[in-house]
Amino acid sequence: MAPARDRRTGFSRRRQYGAFLAYVLAVAGAVVGAVLLVASTFNPPAFGALRMTLGSVTAPISGAFVAAGDAISGVPDTIGHYFFVHSENDRLRAELERSRDLLLTARTIAYDNRRLRRLLAVRERTPDAVVTARLVSSTGSSGRRFALLNAGRWQGVEPGMAVRGPEGLIGRVTEAGPAAARVLLLTDPESIVPVRRTRDGMPAIAVGRGDGTLDVRSVATNVRLGKGDLFVTSGTGGLYAPNIPVARVRTNGGDVAVARPFIHPDTLDFAIVQRAFMPMPPSAPAPRP
Amino acid sequence: MTLDAYNPFDPGLPPARARALPWLTVMAGSLTAIVPVVAIVPLQPPMGLLMLLAWRLVARFALRLWAAAPLGLFDDLVSGQPLGSAMLLWSLTSLAIDLFEHRLVFRDFWQDWLIASGAIAFCLIAGRFLAVPVEAQVDAPLVIQIAITVLLFPMATRLVAWIDRKRGRNEVGV
Repeated sequence: MAPARDRRTGFSRRRQYGAFLAYVLAVAGAVVGAVLLVASTFNPPAFGALRMTLGSVTAPISGAFVAAGDAISGVPDTIGHYFFVHSENDRLRAELERSRDLLLTARTIAYDNRRLRRLLAVRERTPDAVVTARLVSSTGSSGRRFALLNAGRWQGVEPGMAVRGPEGLIGRVTEAGPAAARVLLLTDPESIVPVRRTRDGMPAIAVGRGDGTLDVRSVATNVRLGKGDLFVTSGTGGLYAPNIPVARVRTNGGDVAVARPFIHPDTLDFAIVQRAFMPMPPSAPAPRP
Repeated sequence: MTLDAYNPFDPGLPPARARALPWLTVMAGSLTAIVPVVAIVPLQPPMGLLMLLAWRLVARFALRLWAAAPLGLFDDLVSGQPLGSAMLLWSLTSLAIDLFEHRLVFRDFWQDWLIASGAIAFCLIAGRFLAVPVEAQVDAPLVIQIAITVLLFPMATRLVAWIDRKRGRNEVGV
């Protein structure tokens, strides 16, 4: 490529000052960027309002794309179901037969459970769902794992609410805008979820690794995590309701093991937003000096 | 568009629109983050950065030197990186390319590609350390992401060259 003759400013004062000003502005842009970076490092939700206002514009667009994609991919599914409806019917009947006994046992246990809890006067809190909405996009080019939820403050979504799907826990809301909210996924490197093992209630924490898996770190010492151990939320900390499935351990390990979450983020469609299980009490007013 | 259809007397777009077009294409590149996919690993190439580099290296007067900062700010708002990271990194990249332009006056496409590869690797690696704690397991996807982005650069330059030709030959800027 030929050298840029236009870069020479010649004797024109106007062009000389213009070129100089461009450099000054470029360096100033870098400096402002550095200042914003420091501000957002120390106070991550600082610019959430700005981000989520833009998100409220983009989320419905992504949502429309999702709906269109579903409609198109639904055509072969519908055809497939039409041809396989008989075999599927037989399979489901057999499964119903198999699970009938299990259901009876479970009903008895649930009844016993309710009765014993009433005996113990345990106070139950069931977290109520705020809204069900689609997860429409995610941060595919950044190392952070955020997803954009197609519902915001207008639908009652507030930062700090838990988000779950039909299979298990998805994450929590970190920022909410008018019509969109940002969800910190379980697998984000900065996400920590208190969990317990289903088998014996052993407490642990599940920390995201950033590559779609979780690190389960046992809180107790001298335990072994085995392949196939199931972990559900423990309710500690009051953010997530207890007993939401979180992850299954993939390899045998000591007190730290890699686990695979129950949610499959690439097939996520609908997510349920729940109120924080035990919201933080409002902070006491500052004493007057 | 074939070469025969090229008309040297075509006045091109009016100046205001011709000046806005590079900005709009870079912002459109940033907006590829809204594609309806919830990704498990970050493999999506940063299209905004790619378009910026292509404009910067193919049509060097299309974007002003300071345009990287506001475009980076917009990218930060949609990309999920901490606000200010792309603003800082893109500005530094833009200034570094300017230094290359002073030193390395006669360049061909391969050298442009090399410069762009260095810029992409710098922005993505620095962005990874700015956004994600050091112990996170995102390094293998990061390498793949850099490779994908570097391989997409020729396509981005083709696209930018095509838009630049549509835009008209009147040199705006400086």
